Amino acid sequence: MSVKVDVLLKQTCEWLRGTGPNSDIVLSSRVRLARNLEKVAFPHWATKKQEKETLETLEEAVRHIDLLKGSLFVHMAEIDDVDKQFLLERHLVSREHMMQPDSKAVVVGDKEVVSLMINEEDHVRIQVIQSGFNLQECWRTANRLDDALLKKVKFAFHPEWGYLTTCPTNTGTGLRASVMLHLPALVMTKQISRVIQAISKLGMTARGLYGEGTEAEGNFFQISNQVTMGSVEEDTIDNLERIIRQVIGHEENARKTLMKQNREVVQDKICRANGTLKSAHIISTKEMMGLISMVRLGVDMGIIPDIDRRAVNELFILTQPAHLQKIEGKMLSSTQRDVKRANLIRRRLEGR
Amino acid sequence: MTCDECGKNKATVHLTEIINDQITKLNLCEICAKEKGSDVEQHFGIGDLLSALSDTHAPSQGVDAPAMKGRCHHCGLTYDDFKKIGRLGCSECYVAFKPSLVPLLKKIHGSNQHLGKSLNPQFLSDQKVSSKLHEELEMAKQNLLKAVKGEEFEEAASLRDKVKFLEKKIRENKA
Repeated sequence: MSVKVDVLLKQTCEWLRGTGPNSDIVLSSRVRLARNLEKVAFPHWATKKQEKETLETLEEAVRHIDLLKGSLFVHMAEIDDVDKQFLLERHLVSREHMMQPDSKAVVVGDKEVVSLMINEEDHVRIQVIQSGFNLQECWRTANRLDDALLKKVKFAFHPEWGYLTTCPTNTGTGLRASVMLHLPALVMTKQISRVIQAISKLGMTARGLYGEGTEAEGNFFQISNQVTMGSVEEDTIDNLERIIRQVIGHEENARKTLMKQNREVVQDKICRANGTLKSAHIISTKEMMGLISMVRLGVDMGIIPDIDRRAVNELFILTQPAHLQKIEGKMLSSTQRDVKRANLIRRRLEGR
Repeated sequence: MTCDECGKNKATVHLTEIINDQITKLNLCEICAKEKGSDVEQHFGIGDLLSALSDTHAPSQGVDAPAMKGRCHHCGLTYDDFKKIGRLGCSECYVAFKPSLVPLLKKIHGSNQHLGKSLNPQFLSDQKVSSKLHEELEMAKQNLLKAVKGEEFEEAASLRDKVKFLEKKIRENKA
């Protein structure tokens, strides 16, 4: 395991800080911009030599950008599988970025708010993550970084079609804005599929915690815009924000209704989850995610007063497979991880 | 269980609704459920789009992409490659496959006109300013010549200052 990425282990990632607007329901907000160099083969179509040149061009540009001063520059080929998985769990790289790591890199800015993937699906993917419901701020930061890059390199742009991307689904603004929501009450009241259906009809998509094709573990849902052409960035974000506000309202109502009509049942569920987490000696990620979601709901609704949200948020990530192995400093089998995970949760929830 | 809405068909869709803190459970048949959920126009799925596109025989709905031959002169990707992998080869592919890509973009996004941030707006606006300065400078120089010829020395002196000022400004912009 590489020492280089270890510095990240000691800090809480921005998206788990548990602060910011609506942070009882919104875990984090994220904006990403897809950009490509003009007249250079896109990563999947480039020769090894071309890919290497792209990396060199962008590495040089990144090193001279003030906004990225002091950031961590990680070549994917120089780190092992656990480290790659570790970066994935922290939402700093995608699954695609972990495969064929040659000439791929990730740049991690201060506090993990800003990051760049180089040679992923597109030449550059700019990412900005903030705690809570904060899309506008994410967009402003991403836009500033984009401006800074524009001064160093020539991005592929067409006056009619905007920024030219590898996949035509990103052409135009190259902007994907998304919000991670914790919606346990909508799941418990069986309204969630209806909400998701409505969202998809409005040109937005809903996915699980770790992006495309992942299950909504722990009642976490990621909602993002689908369309990147025919609208200015601010409007895209504004539209998404309006819809998210609606979803937040629905979740709040569902929580109130649950408390009014099924108070005992909800309290029982939450307190049992807390009890199980505090006493388990072996626990899988899947079981944990469900229980932690209940504990978080208990914290947000004031049913569990002695645990703070940030501690719960941190458990989501510290108990993921690669994080556990980084904490222990060695490879662990799945059974060993289940034991270590249970230990860590018990210690944290007891405030030790 | 029969459908709450039509009372005829078998209910296969079960909804729990919360309106004004009141939980209502709705049991609907597929037809009624569809009707209830169809207030908004269905959005295109990307998967359907690309698969519909690769199936050239299907009399697919809406605009049919014209069959594209040839390859991108810059990176060598063919339109068939694109159909297979769903990804373009380089920025020049957009020009090479324009006749097929424009309707595709329109299908995916509901628009084929980018309205967002343009490439380096700072640079573009700088260019505009500088071309305006050049125009002004040309005008001032011509007026200066005229003034000198007509022996309007006061006017000429002020025009000479203007020319100097504009030249300085253009030099500053370039720096």
